Amino acid sequence: MTIRLHGVGLTHANGTRALADIDLRIEHGERVALIGPSGAGKTTLLRLLASALLPSSGDLELLGENPWRLSGRARQKLRRRIGLIHQSPPLPPRQRVVTAVAAGRLGQWSLARALVNLLYPLDIPGVRGELARLDLADKLFQRCDQLSGGQLQRAGIARVLYQAPQLILADEPVSAMDPVLAGHTLSVLGREAQNRGITLIASLHAVELALAHFPRVIGLRDGHVLFDRPAAEVSPEELAALYANEQLQPPGDARPLHNELQVQRC
Amino acid sequence: MNAARHDPAALPRLALTVLALVLLWPALSLSELNLGVLLDQDNARTMGRFVADFWPPAHQGDFLLLLWRATLETLAIATAGMALALALALPAGLAASRVLSLSALHRGGRPAWWSLLARWPVRGLLIVLRSVPEIVWALLFVRAVGLGPTAGVLAIAITYAGMLGKVYAEIFESVDPRPARALLGAGSSRLGAFFYGVLPNAAGEMLSYSVYRWECAIRASVVMGFVGAGGLGQQIDLSMRMFAGGEVASMLLVFLALVLLADQFSRLLRARLT
Repeated sequence: MTIRLHGVGLTHANGTRALADIDLRIEHGERVALIGPSGAGKTTLLRLLASALLPSSGDLELLGENPWRLSGRARQKLRRRIGLIHQSPPLPPRQRVVTAVAAGRLGQWSLARALVNLLYPLDIPGVRGELARLDLADKLFQRCDQLSGGQLQRAGIARVLYQAPQLILADEPVSAMDPVLAGHTLSVLGREAQNRGITLIASLHAVELALAHFPRVIGLRDGHVLFDRPAAEVSPEELAALYANEQLQPPGDARPLHNELQVQRC
Repeated sequence: MNAARHDPAALPRLALTVLALVLLWPALSLSELNLGVLLDQDNARTMGRFVADFWPPAHQGDFLLLLWRATLETLAIATAGMALALALALPAGLAASRVLSLSALHRGGRPAWWSLLARWPVRGLLIVLRSVPEIVWALLFVRAVGLGPTAGVLAIAITYAGMLGKVYAEIFESVDPRPARALLGAGSSRLGAFFYGVLPNAAGEMLSYSVYRWECAIRASVVMGFVGAGGLGQQIDLSMRMFAGGEVASMLLVFLALVLLADQFSRLLRARLT
């Protein structure tokens, strides 16, 4: 099995509880969508699975190993097999796309190879291939700051695909794309994961995308798993309960605030 | 509530301002700053005579040849010193900064206590290197390796390694840490994360600071010339002792040109890089 969480909880340093008592099993090659309201703990859970956060309680097993019982070197080796797609990909603005995507394999490369690749890209066909899957092949030699938000997200996806991990975690991977492009990109990502036997876990804001592109859907609310079932079996009532928000005021009360927001400039 | 209406940062800011004033006032009286000396008749006359000699700047053929050789020597001292300093400052800066800390990855950017502790020896080394002024190092090396440019090169290398190392470490920590953290989180080595995640963002600032330091090294090499470490400084020292104002003026013009050159060089490099 790929991932096993048993009673995992996470409390941030400031005392807020982000996740509580999560039990989860995700098998090799599964494609899972994480949905839930803002602040439900989706990003925290993904960061936990990327071994970027230390759980405060419970048992965590990633790709058959517990990352926090490994030595630092072995943990880095485990991290090479896990790719995290960020909502706003952290690519240096002045770096060229070809370099930024190639950086996905830094974990596999020797330092000498990494330095030579910085001077002259060693695997242009490989990088171009990943970009072409996401319709970005023409941006190969452009700088990252010349890309739009959606293009940058796709470059981030290309980097993780180029990394060739066994587990891909995607945090809102299509949030900056229009609905058509978002659907297309998700289907590309899902197809690649299926063809290469990669386990894929993605958090999504758009419920219809989650239901359309992922066989299994997990609803997360207030750090708890509310439901975890095949996409076809998720009922509208469950979704309503997942996104119910008592704190939002009806529009009538919020009018003065609304006016204020209109004059405000960022 | 009262607490909600006030800016919580107001009190610390006020305290800092008061503290700065309280510290500055005694400093002013301790340094015995007295601008009145400048207006004294005798002093003004002596200075006036020396400055009057500045025009016209010396431009005899053999002096210009001497000036040319001294300028080259100064440039060579500054450049060689900077090259040595860089070789020491880059690794030290990396070791002193926390950007490549693996233990900081899952602690929200704060490294573990032992990781912070391990940085102190490096920081201490950098502090020692830069706390002794280059002129003192130069005097020391003039004793050790004799009069000449070697002493100047070594003095610059040591002091500037300390300054560059400290500033590089701060630049590394001030740029966006997310690219490097993402790479480390994907299993990259620390140096790989540095070259692909930190350097692209830090290069411009590092370059402009290094060129500025190179400019400072040119000036420092002149000061060290006064204690016998070669270059333009030694010539200025000689000319000042002979009250040859014209020669001093020529050399000051050369300085102006050198600093201007460094400035343009820095601008050119930055334009290429950004």
